[in-house]
Amino acid sequence: MRLLLGTLFTFALAAIVGLGTTWLTLTRGVAFGSLTIGAWTAWPKSGSQDIDPYAHAGIARDGELPIGIGDGVAFYARGDDTGQVFDGRCSFSVSGMTPPARFWTVALYDIQGHLVANAIDRHGFTSEEIVRNADGSFTIAVAPQARPGNWLPTGGIERFVLVWRLYDSPIGVAATTLKEGPMPAVTRKSCS
Amino acid sequence: MTRWLLWILGGILLGGIVHLATVLAMPRAASQDAYSRLAALTPVNRIVPLPASTAQHSVLPFMDPAFAVAVCRYDLSAGSIKLNAPVSQAYTSVTFYTRDSVAYYAINDRAAGRRAIELDLMTPAQHAQVPEEEDVTAADRLIIDSPSTTGLIVLRALAPEPSLMAMAQRALASAQCRSQPVE
Repeated sequence: MRLLLGTLFTFALAAIVGLGTTWLTLTRGVAFGSLTIGAWTAWPKSGSQDIDPYAHAGIARDGELPIGIGDGVAFYARGDDTGQVFDGRCSFSVSGMTPPARFWTVALYDIQGHLVANAIDRHGFTSEEIVRNADGSFTIAVAPQARPGNWLPTGGIERFVLVWRLYDSPIGVAATTLKEGPMPAVTRKSCS
Repeated sequence: MTRWLLWILGGILLGGIVHLATVLAMPRAASQDAYSRLAALTPVNRIVPLPASTAQHSVLPFMDPAFAVAVCRYDLSAGSIKLNAPVSQAYTSVTFYTRDSVAYYAINDRAAGRRAIELDLMTPAQHAQVPEEEDVTAADRLIIDSPSTTGLIVLRALAPEPSLMAMAQRALASAQCRSQPVE
């Protein structure tokens, strides 16, 4: 009787611990081999056959197709430079320079990876269309209300994700050995 | 008391095994992965343009809205695949994914170095049957080995600004993905 109880207890505990940790790692998005520059984090290995099992399980669950390492590299930001999580009711400035790449794009998504509805149908910018300063740097205003210059609307949703993709960039190839590159600074401005 | 501590320890150890097993099994068990979502929309061995992502609808999460995307869902069991993708004016890339979403090869227009990205996709077994002299003489013939019999070829063409999206879509529309049945 005691043996049976103990075995049942052990199996139940194993199921709770095992499935619970799996669920936690997949919903939190655990992956190894990350490259973090300021607010931005990339997982270059996720675009190759060296993808780690956690990242692999995550993309299988979400349905995402990661950007291939011969194509480019994607940097994700879920908060500003201080680590505070994005709130779409606040405004943020994304400014500075980018690492070398033939082209780059930036896009705003909700946390499930869908684009966010807004009045001007603007979901991101490319390196070709962004309005730059004389020195080649740029500032993007990520805000719920219209802003002059490069305005990226948040649609006023609570949580959002910015994804910066560098295409045909040396970052994708020599990722883990690269020193901190010049990724744009992300600063919180004001909240409505 | 110690007996119960042992049961708990056993439970945690077994839990660790359950955790690893479920993480490793996820790519095979997932029913909403990219291939499964596209299987409902795309015929096999044919290039199909994906509808542009909008706030209301996107086929896959985290698609780059600046790109026109087309997919060839391939099956190599009947023979190898010949892919021909003319490059657009801005930037074009082709990425190969296994059945379970691993990006095993990607090439862009500049790496391809021509006006079209042309290559053959085959299983390692089919590659081994390619006559050797053919392999050598056609030095510019690019052969990619697919680790899985089925998978996805994803073609992406950049629209540098929204008004150029139609151009990017046109560039992908003339791409071809053809099965080459073995005689």
